[in-house]
Amino acid sequence: MTNSELQNLISSWNSELEFSESESQFLNITVKPEYLHQLASQLKSDKETLFDFLFCLTGMDWGTDLGIVYHLESTTHKHQIVVKVKTADRENPTFDSVCDIWFTAEFHEMEVFDFFGIKFNNHPNLKRLFMPADWVGFPLRKDYVDDVNMIIK
Amino acid sequence: MTTTTENNAFKSQEYFINMGPQHPATHGVLRLLLTIDGEIIKNIDPDLGYIHRSIEKMCERDSYQQIVHLTDRMDYLSAHINNEAVCLVVENALGLEVPERVKVIRTIIAELTRIASHQLWWGVMGMDVGALTTYFYGFRDREMINDIFEETCGARLTMNYNIPGGLMFDLHPNFIKRTKDFIAHFKTKLPEYDTLLTGNVIFQKRTQGVGILTREDAISFGTTGPVARASGFSCDVRKHHPYSAYDRVQFNEAISTVGDTFTRYQMRIQEMWESMAIIEQLIDNIPDGDYKTATNAVIKLPKGEFYQKVETARGELGVFVVSDGKKNPYRLKFRSPGFSNLSALKKMAVGSKLGDLVAIMATLDIVVPDIDR
Amino acid sequence: MNIPLSITKNIHNWLFEVMSAPIATVVQNVLIAVVFLAFFALAGLLLVWMERRIAAFFQLRLGPNRVGPMGLFQTIADALKLVSKELTGPEKADKFLYNLAPYFVIVASLMALSVLPFSQEFHAFDINIGVFFLIAVSSIGVIGILLGGWSSNNKYSLIGAMRSGLQTISYELSVGLSILTIVVLAGSLQISEIIAAQQEGGWFIIQGHIPAIIAFMIFMIAGTAETNRAPFDLIEAESELGAGFHTEYSGMKFAYFFLAEFINMFIIAAIGVILFFGGWLSPFGITESIPLLGVFWFMLKVLGLIFLMMWFRWTFPRLRVDQLLTLEWKYLLPINLFNIVLMAIVVLLGLTINF
Repeated sequence: MTNSELQNLISSWNSELEFSESESQFLNITVKPEYLHQLASQLKSDKETLFDFLFCLTGMDWGTDLGIVYHLESTTHKHQIVVKVKTADRENPTFDSVCDIWFTAEFHEMEVFDFFGIKFNNHPNLKRLFMPADWVGFPLRKDYVDDVNMIIK
Repeated sequence: MTTTTENNAFKSQEYFINMGPQHPATHGVLRLLLTIDGEIIKNIDPDLGYIHRSIEKMCERDSYQQIVHLTDRMDYLSAHINNEAVCLVVENALGLEVPERVKVIRTIIAELTRIASHQLWWGVMGMDVGALTTYFYGFRDREMINDIFEETCGARLTMNYNIPGGLMFDLHPNFIKRTKDFIAHFKTKLPEYDTLLTGNVIFQKRTQGVGILTREDAISFGTTGPVARASGFSCDVRKHHPYSAYDRVQFNEAISTVGDTFTRYQMRIQEMWESMAIIEQLIDNIPDGDYKTATNAVIKLPKGEFYQKVETARGELGVFVVSDGKKNPYRLKFRSPGFSNLSALKKMAVGSKLGDLVAIMATLDIVVPDIDR
Repeated sequence: MNIPLSITKNIHNWLFEVMSAPIATVVQNVLIAVVFLAFFALAGLLLVWMERRIAAFFQLRLGPNRVGPMGLFQTIADALKLVSKELTGPEKADKFLYNLAPYFVIVASLMALSVLPFSQEFHAFDINIGVFFLIAVSSIGVIGILLGGWSSNNKYSLIGAMRSGLQTISYELSVGLSILTIVVLAGSLQISEIIAAQQEGGWFIIQGHIPAIIAFMIFMIAGTAETNRAPFDLIEAESELGAGFHTEYSGMKFAYFFLAEFINMFIIAAIGVILFFGGWLSPFGITESIPLLGVFWFMLKVLGLIFLMMWFRWTFPRLRVDQLLTLEWKYLLPINLFNIVLMAIVVLLGLTINF
């Protein structure tokens, strides 16, 4: 399916989605955190879309907002899409986990939790994956400060 | 076994062992926390990060030329292909057309890298299932590839041959001859791999029907590369999203539907044949021309998001760059194939025996720096 | 004691001439013990060197080649290094059992060595239950492995030790039954008589033809398993368990385990030679007039079988633990039982091939 067909189809499911194609090679959908899990499961299960391959899950810090970027591909229809979710809550950012939809998300969400401190509801084993368990702070956040280990140019 | 009576002397009890970070089968510093009942694995909990170097954080500081050098240190067995991924994302973002010569050379060296990586994997695979001799056979042939690399780019492993816009240097005059010599040599040696290990009854019994991954699980766990293709998930980036010179060569995507350890093994053997075929098609047709296009000394990517995927020896490596127009990326994410492949380990290995776990891990072809980044 | 010929007989006579009988007996036994200990150490070192050289040639390498001619003294240098090393061990190990374990292993293999006939003359201890004694003593070694693995306070060692117990108990059966097949043919358990029977009627592998060849193949498989070598090296499966039961041993204690493994291999090969290839007999009796050459023929045949075992080791992958048991209980054991019956029929009907 082409990007515009996808946009038409997906916008019919939920009116509160934002679509964008600028500054990216994929169709970008921005979804509110409360609709994330519902949209994700529909993207995977709907016969028209069938996004069964989550090939990249990226944690993001947009300066004010924290969020996640999901890169999805359908192995049947070969189309690709990007789903973004954001929250302005920097103290206790929480999203729904999608690891029941795409199993690979379990590890990637642990990584995001480790680096950005984003928590996931219904995640089976949320722990620090790379950093030591007693590490203070979340290193990939833009406001992270570490005088010892970071060299600022 | 029923454990109804309280002081049953034969009550079976699960226990816990640490596999790694220093363990011969984890090939680096992977640590698996295993829950075991006798010899049967009940749970696997990977503990990563023993060589986490925060490459993604360093990328946010460095210029794009510098980032290329960091990628060598992720999957050091596919160093050239990792370099290529970053170069491609920069070139695509800038709309830079690299000379045909560069594309062909990149492809040839990428395929040589893939063969070298699979040779090392094959040696280690044999060692993990207990046949120590394979290691030396694999290394004998890999040495020739390393020598070719050394002559052309001065390094044997972390090659740094790619730069955004082209290549660091032109090919060494001996390159074509030595590559042809290698292909001729390896065509006689690859059947030897089959006679030494593939055909061995013990090896087949050890690997067939072990660690089965279904196609649905392979996709859902995001596995790529030979691991996914053994399960029937056609995911070869070289076929589906061709880059460099892959659009002009004929090769078959190694694919099967069985999904067990033996099939994953076969996929890589088959890939070595396909890689040789690709090199043979290109080695005589390297176009003349420049080996790089001029770029600005300071590369600034336009504002936006860029994604590039390439096929490393382990699977699909994705580079996701978010640029805000400065000379360094705002955010750079490496989607490493090993990380996603490792997430499927629990699915494959729970319920099998300790010896199976080692064989399964061997066919996942784990490179820990690639996972930890 | 059976010392019929020149050298040993002369020493025996001389000892009894110069001192009283009880002292002479003690001195004689001490002498024999010293000779065997020296042989034990030398054979161990030589076999380690041989294994490393052979492995190297299988693996496109050169192997040790710097210390001494063809690297022959390399293993001596290694042994010296191991002697000089500190004996470390886990703090929470069961110290008594932990220290005892290497001696169990090494004493068991040394005892088994004592009944081996190197030639008609060099045969220290020719008891009428020779073969039985060999099997009985060589299976004591597993107690040492179990103790070592259990007392090390290391789960990898423990898994290795448990695998060892299960492996040895299983394969002991096959070793015993395949030896029994030959005992049916020989009609005796005494080693000198077994060899004498082969002197008259040809080596048992030819005399017993089909059942003997089957027994030999089973014996080699089970014997390799008994010595815990690849493809049956699950006990120390490097890629699974680190070093298995001896993970926590260092220095000389480790060397004892290591040495015992090679001596056990020697013993298994020697039993194979005694039972199937005529012990110290020369092929077609070509050097029967020079009895001393028996040592040469015996060692040649033993080294031949050892080479075979090394060949296995450096070619085959390792079995999995359940496959190990399947092989023994579902294949080797039934074949073996059938083979004994076959051999009994062959012997009863006089179908043996006699020269």
